[in-house]
Amino acid sequence: MSEAVMRQRRQQPAPARDQWVSVCRAADLAPDTGVCALVNGEQVAIFNESRSRSVYAISNYDPIGGANVLSRGILGSIDDEVVVASPLYKQHFSLLTGACLEQAEHRLKIYPVRIHDGEIQVQTVF
Amino acid sequence: MSKQRIVVVGNGMVGHRFIETLLQSGDGYDITTFSEEPRLAYDRVQLSTYFAGSTAADLALADTDTYRNSGVNYVLDDKVEQIDVQARVVTTTAGRRATYDKLVLATGSSPFVPPIAGADRPHCLVYRTIEDLEAITASARDSAVGVVVGGGLLGLEAANALKELGLKTHVVEFAPRLMAVQLDADGGELLRRKIEALGVEVHTEKNTRAIVAGDRHRYRMNFADGSHLETDMVLFSAGIRPRDELARRHGLAVGERGGIVIDNYCRTSADAVYAIGECALWDGRIFGLVAPGYQMAKVAAAHIAGADASFTGADMSTKLKLLGVDVASIGDARAQTPGAKSYTYIDEVEQLYKRLIVSADGSRLLGAVLVGDVEAYGNLLQLKLNDMALPDNPEGLILPVSPGAVAAEGVDALPATAQICSCFDVSKGDICGAVQNGCADMGALKAQTSASTGCGGCAALAKQVMDSELASLGVAVNNHLCEHFAYSRRELADIVRVKKLATFGQLLDQCGSGLGCDICKPAVASILASYENEYVLTDDHIGLQDTNDIFLANMQKDGTYSVVPRVPGGEITPQKLIALGQVADEYKLYTKITGAQRVDLFGAQLHELPAIWGKLIDAGFETGHAYGKALRTVKSCVGSTWCRYGVQDSVAMAIALENRYKGLRSPHKLKMAVSGCTRECAEAQSKDVGVIATERGWNLYVCGNGGMRPRHGDLFAIDLDDETLVRYIDRLLMFYVRTADRLQRTSVWLEKLEGGLEYLREVVIADTLGICEELEAEMTKVVGTYQCEWKTTLGNPRKLKRFSHFINSGATDDKLAYVQERGQRRPADREESIKTINVL
Repeated sequence: MSEAVMRQRRQQPAPARDQWVSVCRAADLAPDTGVCALVNGEQVAIFNESRSRSVYAISNYDPIGGANVLSRGILGSIDDEVVVASPLYKQHFSLLTGACLEQAEHRLKIYPVRIHDGEIQVQTVF
Repeated sequence: MSKQRIVVVGNGMVGHRFIETLLQSGDGYDITTFSEEPRLAYDRVQLSTYFAGSTAADLALADTDTYRNSGVNYVLDDKVEQIDVQARVVTTTAGRRATYDKLVLATGSSPFVPPIAGADRPHCLVYRTIEDLEAITASARDSAVGVVVGGGLLGLEAANALKELGLKTHVVEFAPRLMAVQLDADGGELLRRKIEALGVEVHTEKNTRAIVAGDRHRYRMNFADGSHLETDMVLFSAGIRPRDELARRHGLAVGERGGIVIDNYCRTSADAVYAIGECALWDGRIFGLVAPGYQMAKVAAAHIAGADASFTGADMSTKLKLLGVDVASIGDARAQTPGAKSYTYIDEVEQLYKRLIVSADGSRLLGAVLVGDVEAYGNLLQLKLNDMALPDNPEGLILPVSPGAVAAEGVDALPATAQICSCFDVSKGDICGAVQNGCADMGALKAQTSASTGCGGCAALAKQVMDSELASLGVAVNNHLCEHFAYSRRELADIVRVKKLATFGQLLDQCGSGLGCDICKPAVASILASYENEYVLTDDHIGLQDTNDIFLANMQKDGTYSVVPRVPGGEITPQKLIALGQVADEYKLYTKITGAQRVDLFGAQLHELPAIWGKLIDAGFETGHAYGKALRTVKSCVGSTWCRYGVQDSVAMAIALENRYKGLRSPHKLKMAVSGCTRECAEAQSKDVGVIATERGWNLYVCGNGGMRPRHGDLFAIDLDDETLVRYIDRLLMFYVRTADRLQRTSVWLEKLEGGLEYLREVVIADTLGICEELEAEMTKVVGTYQCEWKTTLGNPRKLKRFSHFINSGATDDKLAYVQERGQRRPADREESIKTINVL
């Protein structure tokens, strides 16, 4: 674990544009849960959906509840769309598009994310 | 094409509604609004709830985030002083300038203070804004007696406020009766009697001449008839005056007695300038209610958007609760139409007064007055607004005979165009359409149509229309848990139990589809926990846990958590109480005593939870499961060990029950209580399981509830010994776990249980299903596998890693902001955390 921490420390300062930034070991993200990572000053919610074997990343800010909590929501699917339910008031946000299913005026930023060398990486396209 | 610049002067209810309506019509507008008040629009209609505990945030209609996200510029605490109608520029007190293409004046009204000598003294106040309420509250602290000048609608609300603040309250009215505009003489008289019965003194036909220094109280009010009244404070609520000074100053046409003259499109005499709400004068009339203001907002927005709509007057019917008395007035309530006839029903015993005013030929309703019982309001209003033919015996509309039948006939007889919700202009046709599109409960209906989300006065009627439409569609209720499982919770519980499934994945593979969701995952997690009782944060279960379970704490609105250690039976040693205080102090946690005899510590950030729990566990505490659909607490009174009246040791029994059932996951939360005697100080009859001591043992009450839908528990068995009591509770709880729907409390479960209480007795006491042994074995397993989830978590470094805001940084959430209040911190509201932005 200390290795991983050290690696993060090295990579933390000012990543260049369009770079893949490691945020944690894939093993740190339990199946069907989320974590929040700080990437270039932005809060990014990253999810590991085990049935679809996919990792997703969207903004951590719930615009309806007004708090940085989306990484703590429950994953699921609504009409085949992979979604996270806000832990505050349970609106669903698409993990593919960031769109809110209940209130279309809200659309969250989505981030490119991948698993590389056993690490979860977010692309810094800002 | 560049956007049209719209400037809205005034951000009250009507100004805000105008902005909302304009935003909905398209994004071709650059909107700026100015308010002289320190906050955006709030609900003045509900102002009186401020004294019952509502906060400014509760009353808020607009918020800065929404405005900002919608691109609406707003300026608070600054007043528009100048309009240059040629250059189309407004200028504020602070010197801000804004150019407009269209200007909308929504400046509202101000309370009228009669020209009485001494009316400008301190403690002589008005009732309109939140700042006024703050001043009233402050003044009331130094006062024992308060007088409201004005016995109209607002005056009586103000009187209620003074009464709530604990003052001896008087109402002084110039007219011969209360609510002179809306009520006839008899209705006014009954209202007076009802209000006086509540301890508020009413003085009619009093013309106040002067407010001078008093003998026994701060002031003495001298009346024209030579009488007087002593008081410490005076509240003026003698009508409103339109705020037309800005328009007047710049030469816009105003009425003789005030009000900015508008046409059917809400246009003033100046080019590109509109006026809406209480500042506007249409056809020589000011409309002092919010619904007509909303109509004007809609018309002005439509006109600016190039759509066709016009304002042609508004219905001034009203229904409200004044000092706890229901009052309604419809149309020509005082029978001023030539030839009008009336039907009157007076019940002096129940103190009811109802009067119908009908046309000369008896075929149409002209108006109505209802005091004490306003059930008929919705139907009567529809008859009036839609000019419908009255039934053969109109008196049936107000007579207390099978009111249900009349109501049903009323709803079905309404035309599709009948307006049900006047705040949001929702018709019967709109509601029926929403029901046809799948709305089957009030929540869905409100979300889709906005009906009943304004004043709420139409809620009962809207529900009748919805129910009637549902019935006519022959809707059968589908009990599937969600789109992923075509089974009810009860059926899924049976499948899990019979097939001995251990994970959500197995269940989904066997009888579900898709990935699951926030409905089925927590429900299945609860079922699995009820039977297997494994640690809820294992890799198999963690992704199923709801908002609170997943971090073993209760998420609050800003994303921080509250912490509630278990205090079995509400008994706590001084040392443990001190330890709680020390932890709260160290982590600056807002501390509150709960209704369940324990202590809630608020405002812990995710990364602080493990350290906080480490200290609590060291001090001897366990998790309180306040986050779970699980047993919460067993409340107790002090019982026979101290109390002079106690007949059994209720504290010891409560502690034993709490320690037995702690950690039991169930379809919904469970609450219990034990009272040491029949005085019932632990309020056991309002709990899922209530135990009351008798001389010979314990009486068991089941399926009670407090909260939103209170229900007294049913007496289930009497004079039980300790062992039998526990055995019955074991069986009852596991039967509930097995058969209840998702999030169904025991109260509703029993009401829906075929055969009801008798059947429950047969299952639990007589064991007619032959399952009691199984139920007891299941409970024994749960009791035997109890673990403090926080203790387990603290011993697991991998689980602890999740308890930080960021997985890759030690930083904390920078959005959290707090303010101090009454010696503790609380989250800052949106207004407090975001400074007003200067738009120009």
